[in-house]
Amino acid sequence: MGERTIIPFGPQHPVLPEPLHLDLVLEDEKVVGAVPSIGFVHRGLEKLVEKRDFQEMAFVIERICGICSFIHGQGYVQTIEAIMNVEIPDRARYLRSFWGELSRVHSHLLWAGLMADAFGFESLFMHCWRVREKVLDIFEETTGGRVIHSVCKIGGLWKNVDNDTLQRIGAVLREVAKEIQPLADVFRRDYTVQKRCVGLGLLTKEEAFQLGAVGPMLRASGVAMDARKLGYAAYGELEFEPVTETGGDCQARTLVRIGEIYQSLDLIRQCIEKMPDGEVAVPVKGNPQGEFLSRLEQPRGEAIYYGKGDGTKYLDRFRVRTPTFANLIPLLHVLPGCDLADVPLLALTIDPCISCTER
Amino acid sequence: MAFNVIGKTVMKSLFGKPATAMYPVIKNDFYPRTRGSLEMDPADCIFCNLCAKRCPAGAIEVSRAERVWTLNRMRCLVCNFCVDVCPKNCLSTERQYTLPLTDKTQGLVRIEGPPAPEKPAKAAVAAAE
Repeated sequence: MGERTIIPFGPQHPVLPEPLHLDLVLEDEKVVGAVPSIGFVHRGLEKLVEKRDFQEMAFVIERICGICSFIHGQGYVQTIEAIMNVEIPDRARYLRSFWGELSRVHSHLLWAGLMADAFGFESLFMHCWRVREKVLDIFEETTGGRVIHSVCKIGGLWKNVDNDTLQRIGAVLREVAKEIQPLADVFRRDYTVQKRCVGLGLLTKEEAFQLGAVGPMLRASGVAMDARKLGYAAYGELEFEPVTETGGDCQARTLVRIGEIYQSLDLIRQCIEKMPDGEVAVPVKGNPQGEFLSRLEQPRGEAIYYGKGDGTKYLDRFRVRTPTFANLIPLLHVLPGCDLADVPLLALTIDPCISCTER
Repeated sequence: MAFNVIGKTVMKSLFGKPATAMYPVIKNDFYPRTRGSLEMDPADCIFCNLCAKRCPAGAIEVSRAERVWTLNRMRCLVCNFCVDVCPKNCLSTERQYTLPLTDKTQGLVRIEGPPAPEKPAKAAVAAAE
């Protein structure tokens, strides 16, 4: 047995901009234990609901995170709408799914780029982000913001997208799918990528389920669990099956995310085809009274939103359980036994978003 | 096979369009919906304080007595909520982003409205009637 050393990983680490901090216990080059500590980007957004009007909070909640921003906003308004028994128009439901899937595409492309950067494949990183730029342009054109969209409101949406624009976006996304193809082939077959990813960080189906993994981390271990199957927004009327892999290693998680990019592009195509006409918002009167818990599938996994209103314009309590929080435990499970050089890759395969986790 | 792929890439790089925008010469165009910065036209403003009340970030302050509208750009989220609630449509979001600022005391925008139209005195109104 070698001498034990403790090496701090993060909060400032070149591999990812997120302030993830792990104290790694090492024996020579092997990791034998990891202790996470969080609290570097806590902003107290959940407490803010007691001081801000519930309608204004839709804008604030969206700023929990800069990558899953749209789905945070959607989760919040969906919870409040359920408390207030508001039925939103069909077009708003479809547009929410449309933007939700677009944000999945941009999040997974961002992740793929970071992953490529983590194993030193700089050109792949740049190509992934070049393609992602087209998706961000679509966001800017339709919502007005590249990463923070501010389109969800209680009762529907602030903005509508006309059918001609949607058709044009459909054509752009077909181009995007073609451009992703060679990049996906690199992740699937390239020798260097395989060498770094195959067999790394094995998580069996049972372990993934018992440790409470969510999202691609769970699906890569063979559990077909996807919160979109609950049928919120327009997902009940769209055809899709959760993308799963059986490997349970870094390669499987990469493949699940690559598969989900294509799945999301297909869902966007279905949304555009089935988009109903009509208004995108209904007027909302009164204040929320009651409580509700809604589950949404973020790019990183299942997020849970809990809201409780007491009949005033300020909410009593609002709580978000983000996917990274659930995925930290499986990460700590796969870290022992790996090499120090593989820690950044393993940390990346859970797609950590510490801003979400700490809020 | 690999040679073909490399050859194709080389030819594309040699004779294709540049991958990046030729920035200073060709400026990137914004979309009509782009939210860059919040602007205010004081001509119609009635200083009703609605924008300040609804601002999620508390970036706007309105003084009805002094007829002054103040915006702190460091706090503004450019969420467009004030633009939607303004009863007189004085507020708008411009497409151009504001310049980066280096400290929190910068970016304060103070707009003074024209003096309030004088209300006719009650006695004058009664006399006219």
